[in-house]
Amino acid sequence: MTKKSEIKLLGTVASPFVNRVQFVLNLKSIEYEYIEENLAYKSELLLTSNPVHKKVPVLIHANKPPICESLIIIEYLDEIKPDVHRILPSDPLERADNRFWANYIDNKFFPLYEEMRVTPGKEGKDAIKKGIIEGSVLLEEAFIKFSRGKTYFGGDDVGYLDVVLGCFIAWTKFIEKNNEFKVFDEVRTPRLVEWVKRIWSHEAVKDVIPGNEVLVNFYMMLQKYRPPRAV
Amino acid sequence: MGEVKLFRTWSSPFALRVVWALKLKGVEYETIYEDLANKSSSLLEYNPVHKKVPVLLHNGIPICESLVILEYIDETWNEGVRFLPKDPLARATARFWAKFNDEQVFPSFFRYFMRQGEDQEKAKEKVLENLKFVEEHLKGKKFFDGEVFGFLDLVFGWLVCYPGVINKAINLKLLDEQMFPNLCTWMEQFGDVPVIKETWPDEEALIHKFHKMREGLGIYIYTKLRYEAS
Repeated sequence: MTKKSEIKLLGTVASPFVNRVQFVLNLKSIEYEYIEENLAYKSELLLTSNPVHKKVPVLIHANKPPICESLIIIEYLDEIKPDVHRILPSDPLERADNRFWANYIDNKFFPLYEEMRVTPGKEGKDAIKKGIIEGSVLLEEAFIKFSRGKTYFGGDDVGYLDVVLGCFIAWTKFIEKNNEFKVFDEVRTPRLVEWVKRIWSHEAVKDVIPGNEVLVNFYMMLQKYRPPRAV
Repeated sequence: MGEVKLFRTWSSPFALRVVWALKLKGVEYETIYEDLANKSSSLLEYNPVHKKVPVLLHNGIPICESLVILEYIDETWNEGVRFLPKDPLARATARFWAKFNDEQVFPSFFRYFMRQGEDQEKAKEKVLENLKFVEEHLKGKKFFDGEVFGFLDLVFGWLVCYPGVINKAINLKLLDEQMFPNLCTWMEQFGDVPVIKETWPDEEALIHKFHKMREGLGIYIYTKLRYEAS
């Protein structure tokens, strides 16, 4: 008989925002019960736990009020179990730097992937590709700065930005294939190309990353419920 | 604790929250006002990714994004008053509502201000819907964080001034005492805090600016949905 976990995570397997929370739960060896949501038919639990946004991930810790928004959940997990695999550094300036890049990734970089999907026509898509490529160069520079010659953004092991960016790898490979271009490229972003291989095979990450079939199904659902813009 | 400079515009509510944070912590700082139509080379150097204000410069190192700056100030000048609560769950809650303000409440208010006719009516519905969540969250509390004001009050503080001034400028009312009793009471109480009261931008100048924005002269700057003084 398995012990019912104190922590529940509402999510959907295709969501990179959910995945990144799972990476952190694994890195910190926090047991949790995962509840898969069907975003086309949201559960009562999800709607009452996140009435403002009705989105996943949502973390429910014992009987406490639910916590929403993946970056906020990650900081919460880091604060309740700071002694196991610290995710954010303790220095205020480093923390500010990490948070800045997380905002960039979530608000500027990753939204381009969805833009790519909904933008019709070759010209439009090419403009988005250009934006993604420019973003990848910024991220390569950020990697050089944060890693200080080591293997991850976090240094010797996975840290905050590894988790924040690393969750998008499956979708990155997906849009690369769908749109015939490279987001991370050996010439333009050599360190990130290496980093992708390492993250992809990391203990805490590899079993969480969704397979291509999951992504294809999710993509089809997006195409149906949020169709691309008309030309 | 080192040299502190703040790059800001005179009118941005996002700059104000940083001003309040610095003053409440008793931090001495120098202000550099930016003209967004003519950004200084310093700003472009300190915030090359977004080229936006506010930017805090501490010992020559830039920190960008107002919410990131607030947490930085709280963590760096960490003796005495703390903005964020100690409890991890309370912190997560505060961060959630701060994000909600910056990504939903403020942009929806801004859209309401900038639109016309039917578009404006639709935008009004959205901002009221957002504000209702905030109203609910304030229930039974003197300030957002309880008996004493803190992080979230700084984040929502723009509500104390800007909707009222916009109403004076273009007769666009938003916060009704009947619909938002908690918010209106909070606005009075938080608005009474000396640091807040003493730092509002000049009202006449703001009214003039809002007129200009509505007339389209400022529109090219403000068309981005995520408004953080670009």
